Amino acid sequence: MATITLSNLSKDYGGGPVLRGIDLEIREGEFVALMGPSGCGKSTLLRLIAGLEEPSGGEIRIDGRRVNEVAPKDRDLAMVFQSYALYPHMTVRENMSFALKQRRLPQAEITRAVEGAAAKLGLTNLLERKPKALSGGQRQRVAMGRAIVRNPKAFLFDEPLSNLDARLREQMRYEIRKLHRELGATSVYVTHDQVEAMTMADRIVALNDGAIQQVGAPQELYDQPANLFVAGFLGSPPMNFVDATLAPDGALVAEGQTLARVSPPAGLAAGTTLTLGLRPERLALTDPTKGSAVRVDVVETTGTGRVVHLALGPQRLKLFTMDPRPLAPGDVVGLVVPPGAPLLFDPVSGARLS
Amino acid sequence: MNKTATHIIGARLLHALALAAFVAFALFPLFWLLKVSLTPDDLMYGEGVRLWPSRVTLDHYGSVLRHSQFPLFFRNSLIVSAATGLLATAAASAAGYAFSRFRFRGKAWVMGVMLVSQMFPLVIIVAPIFRLLSPLGLTNSLSGLVVVYTAFNTPFAAFLMQSFFEAIPKDLEEAAMMDGATRFQALRRVILPLTLPGLAATGGFVFTAAWSELLFSLMLNSSAAVSTFPAGLLGFVSKFSVDFGQMMAAGVLALLPVGAFFLLIQRYLVQGLTAGAVKG
Amino acid sequence: MSRALALRLEPYLYAAPSLLLIAAIMLVPLVTGLSYAFHDLILLDPLSGDFVGLDHFREMLDDDGFWTALRNTVVWTAVSVALQFGFGLILALLLDRPFPGRGLVQALVFLPWAVPGFLSGLTWAWLFNPVIGPLPHWLHGLGLLATPENILSDPHLALWGPIAANVWWGIPFFAITLLAALQSIPKDIYEAAAMDGAGPLLRFRRVTLPLLAPTIAITVMLRTVWVANFAELIVVMTKGGPADATQILSSYIFTLAFQRLDFGYASAVAAVLLVLLLAYAAAVMVLRHAMTERA
Ligand SMILES: Nc1ncnc2c1ncn2[C@@H]1O[C@H](COP(=O)(O)OP(=O)(O)OP(=O)(O)O)[C@@H](O)[C@H]1O
Ligand SMILES: [Mg+2]
Repeated sequence: MATITLSNLSKDYGGGPVLRGIDLEIREGEFVALMGPSGCGKSTLLRLIAGLEEPSGGEIRIDGRRVNEVAPKDRDLAMVFQSYALYPHMTVRENMSFALKQRRLPQAEITRAVEGAAAKLGLTNLLERKPKALSGGQRQRVAMGRAIVRNPKAFLFDEPLSNLDARLREQMRYEIRKLHRELGATSVYVTHDQVEAMTMADRIVALNDGAIQQVGAPQELYDQPANLFVAGFLGSPPMNFVDATLAPDGALVAEGQTLARVSPPAGLAAGTTLTLGLRPERLALTDPTKGSAVRVDVVETTGTGRVVHLALGPQRLKLFTMDPRPLAPGDVVGLVVPPGAPLLFDPVSGARLS
Repeated sequence: MNKTATHIIGARLLHALALAAFVAFALFPLFWLLKVSLTPDDLMYGEGVRLWPSRVTLDHYGSVLRHSQFPLFFRNSLIVSAATGLLATAAASAAGYAFSRFRFRGKAWVMGVMLVSQMFPLVIIVAPIFRLLSPLGLTNSLSGLVVVYTAFNTPFAAFLMQSFFEAIPKDLEEAAMMDGATRFQALRRVILPLTLPGLAATGGFVFTAAWSELLFSLMLNSSAAVSTFPAGLLGFVSKFSVDFGQMMAAGVLALLPVGAFFLLIQRYLVQGLTAGAVKG
Repeated sequence: MSRALALRLEPYLYAAPSLLLIAAIMLVPLVTGLSYAFHDLILLDPLSGDFVGLDHFREMLDDDGFWTALRNTVVWTAVSVALQFGFGLILALLLDRPFPGRGLVQALVFLPWAVPGFLSGLTWAWLFNPVIGPLPHWLHGLGLLATPENILSDPHLALWGPIAANVWWGIPFFAITLLAALQSIPKDIYEAAAMDGAGPLLRFRRVTLPLLAPTIAITVMLRTVWVANFAELIVVMTKGGPADATQILSSYIFTLAFQRLDFGYASAVAAVLLVLLLAYAAAVMVLRHAMTERA
């Protein structure tokens, strides 16, 4: 088990920076998710840690030792690839033995380790098969098995579940979590899926455009996002952003309607334009006379409740509700924003103000 | 039968006929070679242009194998072609791997030089090569031919190997490198075993090219003891230009190893070129 | 050695054996060979070896043999490549649709490619020999020849002999390359075109040809250069004769060097051929670039 420390790490392939000023401390035994949209540099960051890419600047330390100059094979990290990267010409057993043979461990020990790992992952009956003869889910397990037999300092995962169907993905999410709890191994998990990040990670590193936006526990990022990017990335349906103006009395006014009242944050002048962040599930419906009047646009049923698309003048909002009242497109309803629900963002910098 | 059905059958028939014409055109000269090689001498002129002689004989093969130096030429060619196939494939695999997996300074330039090396008339370098190899004792020797043929065939073989490597995901060797292998170990234990068809196709291609080469064999090796099959056959033709039966028997023998090799590997060759063509 | 340096050097280590070999056996001799073009270099003549500047190139201007060979090179290359390409394309289209026994048919029609060049030359020379070959009799029967004689000894017709052998030998190359390119065209493009009401001919013109064009341009270019350099068939079948009527530049170079032993002049002709081929290749690349830019 290891700590991984990144200081001022950067990467440039020659066409402008792909990663900039990355500072991050991954603690021993921690499960960290690197989360961000496609192309933001998640894989690149993981590959820098793995040693498959050379950093353009900054430093990587594993257990305090600088490893910038250490070859991947000597970093003692295990990686699970999105494509699984199973060796097609080897059986499952040979795939899982590869690293141990590379280390010249005695045959008996290799057999014991491989069979132990196989049992943990339910692969015992598949050991003599070639990858071609396995289902996608089974291949995924073999890729996991190949990583855990080694008992490495840390696990690196690059979107390991993205080739599985939704049900298998959910199951594997749980199993990876469970394995992590049993092994207690430091893990870095790359995903663009906010649900995976939220459900699996001890801490999430939100990455955008090559820079870290925020680091913290899932709930912390959800409740107190540092900026519009993090706020919009987490949550489904995503957070609503409404353009509003701050009145002298602390009222937040959008399209001529007062949506909510806040005690104005210090240093914020009345009349300032703000971006209001509203979580769909924090909003409620009432009669048009009691709340801000909005028009129902579309109603989607999800099973647990309904997602209601609302029009507030030219602006659009989504609301999640379990309220059974009849709703039809075109109806005018009242919108209630409970105190404490709105988050305030600077519309220019995107930073959170409250 | 309705009109479309007739149409379809007509199209199929046309397709089959056209293919049959191509097959006939491709095989006829080889068939003729075989036919003359089996025609007894006394029928050679009387039945020279008949499709099949009234009697066949293996005499010509017998005399070629027993009373000529062809077995020696055959052995020389086999040694040269096999050694060239192995060496060129090894060198080309390494270069093709570099082209497929690395970005490095001067890469476009290196590949351009390799391309241009396939474009100039080789006649121009016969004399300089002779001058280069002669003091090293590599003229009139099989090793000299191996060196020259390996150089000639490496560029194309490298491009071919590159396209085979491109078909193998990078993830695989990265996985091996994470699993404790150096890049070279990853190449040896993971990538090369997966490229076996490509290695076979490349080796076969080079083997065939070396087996067929005439000019340098003729110019670098004058002694019969180190002549290859093409040079030997040409010498035979200019000396005994009327003994058609024996010449063609020798021709058929020259064709056997490359023909067999080709039938085995042509599928992979198409695959390799497919990968190359897709890249554009 | 630091890891950064080792990483930087790694690709060169992989490429080094090939590069060294090619440099030593091809590039250095090429430079030496080109330098001969400016020297008076006759084998076995101890008085030769002087620097003569551009003399050889001036000599070329008045050399009928050179001009005949240049003309023949154009005919030989253009006709051979056009026919190889035309038949190769037809064959590729025939093989592109599935039918029972396709693997076997494909192996058989590609077989001529495996035949060594000199052996195809010999085989076709024998086929054109009226004593043991059928071709003169067939051509006579068709009324194409007045008498069943060997066209290889007729100065007006002889070049067609090596061209026939070359076409036979080169069709598979084009067929393989074009088949590979055809099979890389996604089938749904054809289906979409068919849904839009395009018939087979229109689909070929509007879909297949434009998609094949880049492959075609580069393949034809490389092959043209290769065929122009390919002297073996002519050397084996006609030795450039009768009376130099079938010399192409590369076989002429061969004759100059190894029969007249005039390496200086031979190298000068080779240098001219090399320049012409490089100019041609560059022109094709520029044209192709211009065309893809516009499209
Ligand atoms: N080898 C490379 N050479 C040049 N640019 C690269 C290379 N690898 C990645 N990039 C660029 O770096 C950026 C980040 O790529 P990266 O693969 O890290 O993204 P990602 O966050 O993993 O995206 P995804 O979710 O799609 O996998 C992209 O803009 C990509 O184009
Ligand atoms: Mg990625």
